[in-house]
Amino acid sequence: MALLTIKNLHASVAGKEILRGIDLTVNPGEVHAIMGPNGSGKSTLAQVLAGRDLYQVTDGQVLYDGKDLLTMPPEERAQEGIFMAFQYPVEIPGVSNMYFLKAALNTIRKKRGIDELDAMDFLTMVKEKLALVEMDPAFLNRPVNAGFSGGEKKRNEIFQMAVLEPRLAILDETDSGLDIDALKIVANGVNLLRTGDRAMIVVTHYQRLLNYIVPDYVHVLANGRIVKSGDKQLALELDQSGYVGLEEAVTA
Amino acid sequence: MSTTAPLIETLANQEYKWGFVTEIEADSIPKGLSEDVVRMISAKKNEPEFMLEWRLKSYRQWLKMEEPQWPNVHYPRIDYQDIIYYSAPVTKVAPKSLDEVDPELLRTYEKLGIPLKEQEVLAGIAVDMVFDSVSVATTFKAKLGELGIIFCSFSEAVQEHPDLIKRYLGSVVPYSDNFFATLNSAVFSDGSFVYIPKGVRCPMELSTYFRINAKDSGQFERTLIIADEGAYVSYLEGCTAPMRDNNQLHAAVVELVALDNAQIKYSTVQNWYPGDKQGKGGIYNFVTKRGKCLGINSKISWTQVETGSAITWKYPSVILMGDNSVGEFYSVALANNYQQADTGTKMIHIGKNTRSTIVSKGISAGHGQNTYRGMVKILKGAAGARNYSQCDSLLLGDQCGAHTFPYLEVKNTSAQVEHEASTSKIGEDQIFYCRQRGISAEDAVSMIVHGFCKEVFRELPMEFAVEAQKLLGISLEGSVG
Repeated sequence: MALLTIKNLHASVAGKEILRGIDLTVNPGEVHAIMGPNGSGKSTLAQVLAGRDLYQVTDGQVLYDGKDLLTMPPEERAQEGIFMAFQYPVEIPGVSNMYFLKAALNTIRKKRGIDELDAMDFLTMVKEKLALVEMDPAFLNRPVNAGFSGGEKKRNEIFQMAVLEPRLAILDETDSGLDIDALKIVANGVNLLRTGDRAMIVVTHYQRLLNYIVPDYVHVLANGRIVKSGDKQLALELDQSGYVGLEEAVTA
Repeated sequence: MSTTAPLIETLANQEYKWGFVTEIEADSIPKGLSEDVVRMISAKKNEPEFMLEWRLKSYRQWLKMEEPQWPNVHYPRIDYQDIIYYSAPVTKVAPKSLDEVDPELLRTYEKLGIPLKEQEVLAGIAVDMVFDSVSVATTFKAKLGELGIIFCSFSEAVQEHPDLIKRYLGSVVPYSDNFFATLNSAVFSDGSFVYIPKGVRCPMELSTYFRINAKDSGQFERTLIIADEGAYVSYLEGCTAPMRDNNQLHAAVVELVALDNAQIKYSTVQNWYPGDKQGKGGIYNFVTKRGKCLGINSKISWTQVETGSAITWKYPSVILMGDNSVGEFYSVALANNYQQADTGTKMIHIGKNTRSTIVSKGISAGHGQNTYRGMVKILKGAAGARNYSQCDSLLLGDQCGAHTFPYLEVKNTSAQVEHEASTSKIGEDQIFYCRQRGISAEDAVSMIVHGFCKEVFRELPMEFAVEAQKLLGISLEGSVG
């Protein structure tokens, strides 16, 4: 059974329609890249799936693991195994990474009917996960994202994903603002988290990231619709030809 | 926003959990204030002549005083003739043990989550309960007595230890200090008294639960704590009050005296009825708290978590007289719905190398107005004095307010004074980030607020810190905007 089925999804923000009928099916273990020019609706799609209420869904349906995703509040989606790596991770001063992640993990575990982790077991586990993104354990005591560099924030997102072990990970422009070294670290972390039952949706503007996180499918979004789908070759073609022709094809 | 709003609505509609009235026969005198009433209070308590004189002196002074208008709070005029100035639960014989205490009274405390018996045995806390105006039970007295520690009701101290009362009463907050303190000096009904003798470290946290009960009885508590040379004591004050429609005036006075090398740590969690969501009802909390570091190397530390009351007006202060003495003030003040808080501290540096620390965390939500008002005064002789002040404000929603009025007066050039301030707001994006990680909106707010307050919470004794965190969570639930 498909993990995620999006049918004819329409969404708008402040009365302006952004998504104009998205159809997409994601199976466990698959990595789907969503590409497209600025303003095509890539980030909106990610936010709508995560349940951000700035966006109004006006039509369509999203089934996640057979359940109606759109009626679930954001925390329930997270507890059900949906994780979004934010394009702009938010700073939360005064709350340590450790405290934050432990609260998040234990809420999710509780929902899944697993015992909460105690402080010792939690520490052992997170130290292993930190290694995936080459982060120092001292980082755990710092406030969430506060005073982090752009690269640290993005690595923190992948680290959180490693700890929370989602079934569906949505990476929203995870490559933006990263230099090549940081990009490699982040991509490597993501690749280590690729498993047969975990699906990923990788939203990106540039093909560059897909050299490191190699997708099973590539979809091109333009003016709120998926205008073209293919395999990793499509990303390479786009890198050569750009989005221009595709956008025109839709508006014409 | 659309999904959070109904949730917030539900949570914001939660009733004040501690609103109930205990049915106990009360012995009250009629409403109003006059010299006769002052004499009647003193007579009812069978006080010695010097106490009556002191009360009368205060009353006459009070008649000449004006209610202060400078605080940044607004409330209808108080009719001081419409207040009952004395109300005591009727007991035939003074209880010798808890078994003799009115079971109804004990149940009240159980509802508040402080089963006295359990506390006695498990927590090792000596609780001097002030129910309305008379202390009804004093525990662990014998154990403390062995160390020479006196922990009793103020009335009892007047009878048993008049010399200490004569010597220290009004020595920190004079009878003429301010409108509310002077009123208290005239009509105070009871309170707590603590004396820690030389070199004694009090082996347990001393704790008092205040509770206003009889309808329309203003509560005028008075607390006096003396730590003799080299002594140490940690004192906890926690408050809840039943639900009321009428505003109730509370004008307490707390005086602390620390002699050479002595330390007093005074912690408060204040959770009186804040009024309803429209700002109706609630306690007017006009309190004068001050400590005097009389001796060298002495230390007085105030920690407060103020979540209740319709209006809070208090400035726990320290007069640093002894050389090398230390004053501290750690505060979390919350103003939600229509609550108003004007609170802060005064640090008066007189002795050499005196040091003070001020950490104030103000949280405003709903239509709440939160004011920090603090004064750091360094007198001419206070060579090498140092102060560090930090005032942070956190806003939830856009209809509340945070105000900061720091006053600095430095008359010695060798002094160092530092002041830091910040204002932040809990944003929708922060809440969403937390929710995307599986944490509910209210847990997210509670987590962020706790993070904001932790510098203050860690100054509280453990059990108190847990209680304070819960209170804050409950008081803030549903205030994300």
